[in-house]
Amino acid sequence: MKGWWWKLSAVLLLLYTVYMGLHTPLGPALVHASLGRIAPGEVNLTATGYNTHFKEDPPQVWLENDGERVCARSVEPVNDAEMAVTFDVPAGFRNNLTSLWAWSATDGTVVLREAFFTEGLGTGIARPSCTVGDAPRAGFSFPNRSILNETIRNLFFHVPMWFTMMVLMTIALWQSLRVLRLGSMEADRKALSAVDTSLLFASLGLVTGSIWARATWGDWWTNDPKLNGAAVAVLVYAAYLILRGSVPDPHKRARLAAIYNIFAYALMLLFTMVLPRLTDSLHPGNGGNPAFSQYDLDSALRAVFYPAVAGWILLGYWAYTLHERTARLKSLADETNDR
Amino acid sequence: MRSAEIAHLLKLEWQLDRRQKHAWGSMALYVVSTIYVCYQGVHNIVEVPTWNALFWIILLFAAFNALARSFQRESAGRQLYLYTLASPRSVVLARTLYNGLTMAVLSLLSLAAYALFIGSQPMEEARLDIFLAVVVIGGMGFAFLLTLVSALAARAGNGIGLMAILGFPIVLPMLLSLMRASKSALDGMGWNVTGKYVLWLLLIDLITVALAWLLFPYLWRD
Repeated sequence: MKGWWWKLSAVLLLLYTVYMGLHTPLGPALVHASLGRIAPGEVNLTATGYNTHFKEDPPQVWLENDGERVCARSVEPVNDAEMAVTFDVPAGFRNNLTSLWAWSATDGTVVLREAFFTEGLGTGIARPSCTVGDAPRAGFSFPNRSILNETIRNLFFHVPMWFTMMVLMTIALWQSLRVLRLGSMEADRKALSAVDTSLLFASLGLVTGSIWARATWGDWWTNDPKLNGAAVAVLVYAAYLILRGSVPDPHKRARLAAIYNIFAYALMLLFTMVLPRLTDSLHPGNGGNPAFSQYDLDSALRAVFYPAVAGWILLGYWAYTLHERTARLKSLADETNDR
Repeated sequence: MRSAEIAHLLKLEWQLDRRQKHAWGSMALYVVSTIYVCYQGVHNIVEVPTWNALFWIILLFAAFNALARSFQRESAGRQLYLYTLASPRSVVLARTLYNGLTMAVLSLLSLAAYALFIGSQPMEEARLDIFLAVVVIGGMGFAFLLTLVSALAARAGNGIGLMAILGFPIVLPMLLSLMRASKSALDGMGWNVTGKYVLWLLLIDLITVALAWLLFPYLWRD
């Protein structure tokens, strides 16, 4: 069977994506401290971790305020995700906000930034800083970000949907140009198949995005340039299908649909590329809001994301060729029946 | 495509419109009655965002109504006759320009009627020069974009319903940019802030005209 290798690689890449994307643990993180405010004197608190190993390998724990460190007097691990910590908090913090840090050889450095608020500022603490370990942990894991948390895995499913949609829409554009240049009905069928398949991926992108938005931003849909762009893309291609449905003559239908496709694609590209850059956006990768490059320090996300993109695009192309083949066989069957 | 040809076609459009005065009257009446209906509902709007959004929505519907007749008013026979006389690109350029001018006038008229009925308080702190520029550019942008859509819908033989379905998704991003630009002008922002929106809108207008110019010959022939 000619050309089977890319189908096989699509399957392998997606198996890799699903396995690695869902199986790789998140890196350890401090997620909660039982206190929100600290004052000079003895402070007892419970710190909660996620994917940490407090019991197995008790960490060093310290506070950091404006570059000055205060190490914990005692650390009592309750279990792997919880520990009781006692500090002798000195007076004289230069900053209102203090972070809580911990380090162990197993978990590396974890931090809960701006964990505590202190009232009243001083000119620095009298005690000298304590020394702490800073060796990074070994092992492969995804970054553990507050708000995102475990949903970071959606990166391998949500984002490639849009990439695949764009690839398929570009195929539809190319076939539409061929319709206008050559008047080919085959190109028209290909354009339609590509649009159909791209709408499937657009719906998957909307669903995965909506779930992600609910988990991180707290709402199924937000008013955001990127989301508006996505909605417009779906509406445009739905309108494309309606335009096709309303013209009975196949040759005229092919031409009108191709014209609308080219017109809409060019405008859509303009809007989705440029409009989000003119305004602020919650969405990563827009309006000064970084995509994952900033916190993917050890490239663990990239190691799964790029194969995922390649896999989904290949799968989308495969779906398109299958859909196109069905359409071709249907039209052949219609011709034989007419005869 | 020659400029003389375009000038002739522009003149033709103008003469057709002068002959059918009711066409102009119907456009103006459409806007005024829409605004009056809104006035019955809300009387006086003071908040800038609401005032701004309602104005653009009214103008958008006015544009759909005005542009729908652009390619539907002539019979197939006259279209064929025009086809033998002029190049399709001249026809679409002339019609786009003419529709743009019509919409520029219509949007200013709408603004006047809107300010009269719904209230002009939000315009008091505005940079009026920028706001008027945005209104004119916006009206023309609607016209440029909807001219090709109107031609498509007329060709598909499915009139205004199809035009709305085809037009709304592609006009939506332009509408969003326009609302943002005019909101910024209404808030009294100068060219340094609103300028980038205005440039962006001009770019959209230009690209839309270029696309219509490129694609129309394929649409025209049957």
